[in-house]
Amino acid sequence: MLYRSFFPRDLFADLDRLQREMQQNFEISPSIRGLTRGFPAMNVGSTPKSVEIYAFAPGIAPEALEVHVEKGVLAVAGERKLEAVPDKATAHIDERFTGRFRRIVSLPDDVDATAVEARYRDGVLHISIPRKEAAQPQRISIQ
Amino acid sequence: MTDNTAVTKQAETSRNDSALLPPVDVIEDAGGITLYADLPGVSKEGLGLQVEADTLTIEGEITLAVPEGMESSHAEVSLPRYRRVFTLSKELDTEKVGAEFNQGVLKLRIPKAAHAQPRKIEVRVA
Repeated sequence: MLYRSFFPRDLFADLDRLQREMQQNFEISPSIRGLTRGFPAMNVGSTPKSVEIYAFAPGIAPEALEVHVEKGVLAVAGERKLEAVPDKATAHIDERFTGRFRRIVSLPDDVDATAVEARYRDGVLHISIPRKEAAQPQRISIQ
Repeated sequence: MTDNTAVTKQAETSRNDSALLPPVDVIEDAGGITLYADLPGVSKEGLGLQVEADTLTIEGEITLAVPEGMESSHAEVSLPRYRRVFTLSKELDTEKVGAEFNQGVLKLRIPKAAHAQPRKIEVRVA
């Protein structure tokens, strides 16, 4: 589960994993938490005014999602519960993530951690963190 | 940063047919098949389901609320659409496919045709 990519047959994730596994056999693991990809998949972008984070976590009740910002680190955690396979039924394909998850993103220094906005829509958690006013680029007029 | 350039490059070369493969669960019981697919970022309007002959196609366009002028710095969801194609077997009744779509999770129910439902045959002792 730990090394599972959000997308099945994700060649790059598989290669990543292969490389990581080989690396682990030859040397001490470079990162204590090891993984760079997992659930939920994340996209990160920035504008001059804000930092935007998208976590692709479909089918989760908003109450089961936790978003924390602490010491310049954003953590998205929660639990995904899937409908159990009924008795006398066969699971032919089982690729969707289930269980608890936690992902961490380190934030730039100039964000305002007190004004984090989080919205959950169409299975995507969109977190928007504004940059501090003082950090916005200012044009200085020349006299 | 490399992720970002990869995305724009792919967009520029207009490879419109490349899509992400959504993860699915497929569960079969006596009455039919239930398929769950994770399609985060797809709205109800952006979802496309098609059954043609014995082929089921699931497609979804990803629409995100992206603020103007945003520069992507890290992208794991690197293409704007999902697509996955399944071949259905003959005993499935494609006329009666039921679909629900909620918070990025698609649930499809494909029942088995009446003649393919399991029947218990009574054995009588002569």
